[in-house]
Amino acid sequence: MEAVSCQCYQFNLLLVMLFVTADIISTVEFNHSGELLATGDKGGRVVIFQQELESKNQPQCRGEYNVYSTFQSHEPEFDYLKSLEIEEKINKIRWLPQKNAAQFLLSTNDKTIKLWKISERDKRPEGYNLKEEDGRYRDPTTVTTLRVPVFQPMDLMVEASPRRVFANAHTYHINSISVNSDCETYLSADDLRINLWNLEITDRSFNIVDIKPVNMEELTEVITAAEFHPNQCNTFVYSSSKGTIRLCDMRASALCDQHSKLFEEPEDPSNRSFFSEIISSISDVKFSHSGRYMMTRDYLSVKIWDLNMESRPVETYQVHEYLRSKLCSLYENDCIFDKFECCWNGNDSVVMTGSYNNFFRMFDRGYRQDVTLEASRESSKPRSVLKPRKVCTGGKRKKDEISVDSLDFNKKILHTAWHPQDNIIAVATTNNLYIFQDKL
Amino acid sequence: MRYSYQRRTCAIARAKMFPKGTKRKFSDSREEPVAGGEDVNQSSLAAVRMLSSYSLQRQSLLDMSLIKLQLCHMLVEPNLCRSVLIANTVRQIQEEMTQDGTWQIMTQALSAANAAAQCSADRLVATEVLCRQTEAAQGEQVPKPFPVVGSEGCPAEEVLEEEEEAAAAEVGMTMSTVSPQAPTSYLPGTFGMDPCWEEEETGEDDDDDDEEEEEDSEECGSGSEGEERERDSLVEDTRTAEQVFGTFEIKNPAPSPDPALEELFSDVDASYYDLDTVLTGMQSVPKMGPYDLLESLSSHGPSPLSSSTSCRSDLNELDHIMEIIVGS
Repeated sequence: MEAVSCQCYQFNLLLVMLFVTADIISTVEFNHSGELLATGDKGGRVVIFQQELESKNQPQCRGEYNVYSTFQSHEPEFDYLKSLEIEEKINKIRWLPQKNAAQFLLSTNDKTIKLWKISERDKRPEGYNLKEEDGRYRDPTTVTTLRVPVFQPMDLMVEASPRRVFANAHTYHINSISVNSDCETYLSADDLRINLWNLEITDRSFNIVDIKPVNMEELTEVITAAEFHPNQCNTFVYSSSKGTIRLCDMRASALCDQHSKLFEEPEDPSNRSFFSEIISSISDVKFSHSGRYMMTRDYLSVKIWDLNMESRPVETYQVHEYLRSKLCSLYENDCIFDKFECCWNGNDSVVMTGSYNNFFRMFDRGYRQDVTLEASRESSKPRSVLKPRKVCTGGKRKKDEISVDSLDFNKKILHTAWHPQDNIIAVATTNNLYIFQDKL
Repeated sequence: MRYSYQRRTCAIARAKMFPKGTKRKFSDSREEPVAGGEDVNQSSLAAVRMLSSYSLQRQSLLDMSLIKLQLCHMLVEPNLCRSVLIANTVRQIQEEMTQDGTWQIMTQALSAANAAAQCSADRLVATEVLCRQTEAAQGEQVPKPFPVVGSEGCPAEEVLEEEEEAAAAEVGMTMSTVSPQAPTSYLPGTFGMDPCWEEEETGEDDDDDDEEEEEDSEECGSGSEGEERERDSLVEDTRTAEQVFGTFEIKNPAPSPDPALEELFSDVDASYYDLDTVLTGMQSVPKMGPYDLLESLSSHGPSPLSSSTSCRSDLNELDHIMEIIVGS
């Protein structure tokens, strides 16, 4: 397999790890250093992978990640009052910036957010006076000498312990959490409201956005995603099912129902259909690392917005435009409601998002190139660079192209993540986690 | 019979009101309405030609959407965003149909149907109970027991199959136009969608209409204690009705690769009679539809089954729509 035909010349990606999860992966997130990669699944479990230190010295195996810790974050719950089951599926994981030896992350299901502390233990005290080595208490009368317990090395143990539980603040299903740059607060967003929390305080949160109408029959728009600005601790954005993004300044008022900026692109009249609104619904919004831009993902495209220009995006990338003529079928089988995520690379020059048939797409903003790659075992041979894929939209299908009608819409890549510094990406298919790295 | 009535009504409606204004594009490579430029021999053919595939597609989209809303409580993961988007789509379609006049035509036809079917007090009674329900629901009510006819995996290209769906769901849709004011007026009023918000979220106490469409259907006629048994029998009836509907759903042949308008409607015409035959045959078997139960539970109604059976011979096509609404 040659890499010569690769369209996006910057990226020659190799598969370095494939991890099969027990349950459907529902979120993927690198921590701030990139050393740790967390995945959440439908069963409420969190699996954390750690980059191998030894690999850092061997550039060829930079992307070698191994399981570091696994824990059950959320359990299924039953709301007896309303006779509703609360799913344990992890909707989002967000890491806190590291402050000490331990790592902290927030994980959330539909209703409850939890702060987890992940710490290592590689020493343990030995030589107690009142306890035997196995933990049994000694009879004090048998103690004749005193000694100072000392730390002895032990096998590395990674412990995850829940430090905070932020519950009962959301009536609707939580879709986003975002840690503020002040590292003291974070926001959580559900379909109709956004709450602001202090990481230390679990019994109180402030409601900062509320779009619930007085009469629910008048509900026509929901919140789909929200994120804090990476640098400005007073600024956050939230996206809606009508394709709008609102930027809010918390200094302006306590309740941020009035937006500071409204980002919306006028509709293209030539593409108008009954599905226009549905495909304009934004499934993900992400600020660039610089904080100057934000990216939104709607059903067919990825848009880059300059925060200084509300009228239209500065860049638009078509993810799978060939689906535009299939919208009715996709509406019928509900695929049109799939929520794809998107992500930036470390220096904001490339953006990535998923598609169907286990395809994912990368758009190089600088060089104006894009590539379609596939995350599958068949196409990911070890030591071989991923071959670009092409979807044939009509007419004659060339060799190696795949026709639109042959796409498998059950194989969707909704979650992808990019290492904050290096060209290492994590791509989640239904229950496989692929880690690719740049061939050097 | 009921399917044929629906189709003819719509055919007439669309014949009168050829959709004006900006046409919205439909996906899936559907043909745009054929510009009438072919020879017309008969007036009926002319009416048929006036029918645009766009209207049919729009109708099937509406029906699909209503079914989705109706079944949203059956999703593994209740999804408020999805429901809102579907409801908005339904609203859009209804607005456009109102502008076209298609909506009014259909509801007027229903009013006519209702007026003509005054021969049985039972029907009115049942309607009243239904209206009471609708009042309680304060909005669109697509009754749960109405079966989902072949909606699963129905390819978009098979317009004919969708027509079956459309017919079945239209029936559901016509029910949704029942207004709370009077049994005999079926004006749509505002298309107040009140689908599954309450159930999907976790039920806000400050909302009056906590009832869901499905709950309403289940609660029909009783409204208070001791509903469990009735609810169970309703569910059973639903399944029975679904099985019955499933058995006489016409499995249409594979659609022609190039659906010219004529060909489209020639197939439709044939199906009319097939359906009529089958439906008539089936209806001779007394089965408890959900509204039969409703009637039997109602304090006013005597035995509706026998009286409706006796009236059957007198019913014309328009009366069939009433049957659908109030049960047979």
